[in-house]
Amino acid sequence: MESVELDLENYRKLLKEYLLTNDETALYQAEQFSKLSVQHNISPEEIIHVHIEALKELYPGMIPREINDSLNFLLEAMISYGLALQEYQHLRERQSELESEISIAANMQKTLLSTVKPTIKGIDIGAISVPASHMSGDYYHFVADTDDTLGVAIADVIGKGIPAALSMSMIKYSMDSFPENQRQPSAILENLNRVVERNVDPGMFITMFYGLYDPKSETFSYASAGHEPGFYYHAKEDRFEEIEASGLVLGVQEHVNYEQSVSKIEKDDCIILLTDGVTECRIGDRFIERDEVLEVIKHYLHLPAQEAVEYVYRYFERLQDFHLKDDFTLIILKKEV
Amino acid sequence: MELKPCVNIRQEWDIVGARQLGREKAKELGFGTVDQARIATAISELARNIYLYAGTGKVEFEIIDQFDRKGLKIVAADEGPGIRDVGEVMQDGYSTSGGLGAGLPGVKRLMDYFDIRSENGEGTEIEAIKWVR
Repeated sequence: MESVELDLENYRKLLKEYLLTNDETALYQAEQFSKLSVQHNISPEEIIHVHIEALKELYPGMIPREINDSLNFLLEAMISYGLALQEYQHLRERQSELESEISIAANMQKTLLSTVKPTIKGIDIGAISVPASHMSGDYYHFVADTDDTLGVAIADVIGKGIPAALSMSMIKYSMDSFPENQRQPSAILENLNRVVERNVDPGMFITMFYGLYDPKSETFSYASAGHEPGFYYHAKEDRFEEIEASGLVLGVQEHVNYEQSVSKIEKDDCIILLTDGVTECRIGDRFIERDEVLEVIKHYLHLPAQEAVEYVYRYFERLQDFHLKDDFTLIILKKEV
Repeated sequence: MELKPCVNIRQEWDIVGARQLGREKAKELGFGTVDQARIATAISELARNIYLYAGTGKVEFEIIDQFDRKGLKIVAADEGPGIRDVGEVMQDGYSTSGGLGAGLPGVKRLMDYFDIRSENGEGTEIEAIKWVR
């Protein structure tokens, strides 16, 4: 209560000064007083009360009854604003609590879904995944085997936020539990489809692309469950080709067979995998064209793969005013020899 | 035993009566203008809830005079449908988002003590106290 007394003293001084001088300085100080009051949770009705008290002290016995009553009326009319202020402050505290909980969850997700970018002879790997918000609905994963094959998974939950992120953790643990000898892309998708169909809400779908690189045969086998098509870069001809693969998104039907294709990879060729956060990057109201995406990728493709994905990301981040609308994941595999 | 001052709530106009009586008691006890206004707003809120959700009920006042402090106790009671989820209505933003006013969290803020008992189908009783500072 003492601070209010102190404030009353200050308020009376300011008011007196203003009534005497009609000066902008006093008004500026009133603004400061107002800010300070908000900071100290002082509600509008208390300020009006302070005003009434200050007037009484400045003009003892001289305030007409109507003026005094009207100020009391004003005080009454301000009560709900005071309550709204308190509620707002309470909600703001709760929001920051929630935010810190979410950031803990996001960190946990990062740990859960972390994947090590393997070192595979003859393949330069670059990967980046940035969530639009705290938690990501995108996911990528590398599986390196003793025989130097490289498995790569990229997935996107249709839907965003925490539910999407939770589903992704499930995908990761399902993949980890599959037997070692089962690394064929079509088989992996078929198994995951069953897991997703059984465990995920019918309204939630997951798209996924799975590829397996075999250095002995220099081939890339792949299958897709409705995932955003990636690109194959033919270095010799300096052209991109869409990686064609069709398959139903995960979780729609109980039994789905996924078609598996194989491509031969030449030296300097690249495989580019991405999520729709890359291709559906928005500039203002307009979605970017796939050709524009390829142009940007091509511009950086001469760089080491990790640098290339980071530059591409930074390019699109800037293009969207540093505010991603969707999770962004891009993987580049470059065949070196 | 002294009969407690009480206002029956049957129509919207009775809300004003409850405020009036509550304010008189608050003045008698020596509450300042800001606290008087807060008490009146809390009474409004409680009486309105009775009027809107239970139809009829009553608001009772009790002056508490303890050796170290004095206060005004408001008891709002009805035999309406009761509140199914008290936790929900006590959450900030529950009633305010629908534009219904301060709601019960508001009453809790306006007063120093707040207690609610509600049985599904048997009614609601809310006790709130404001101490003279």
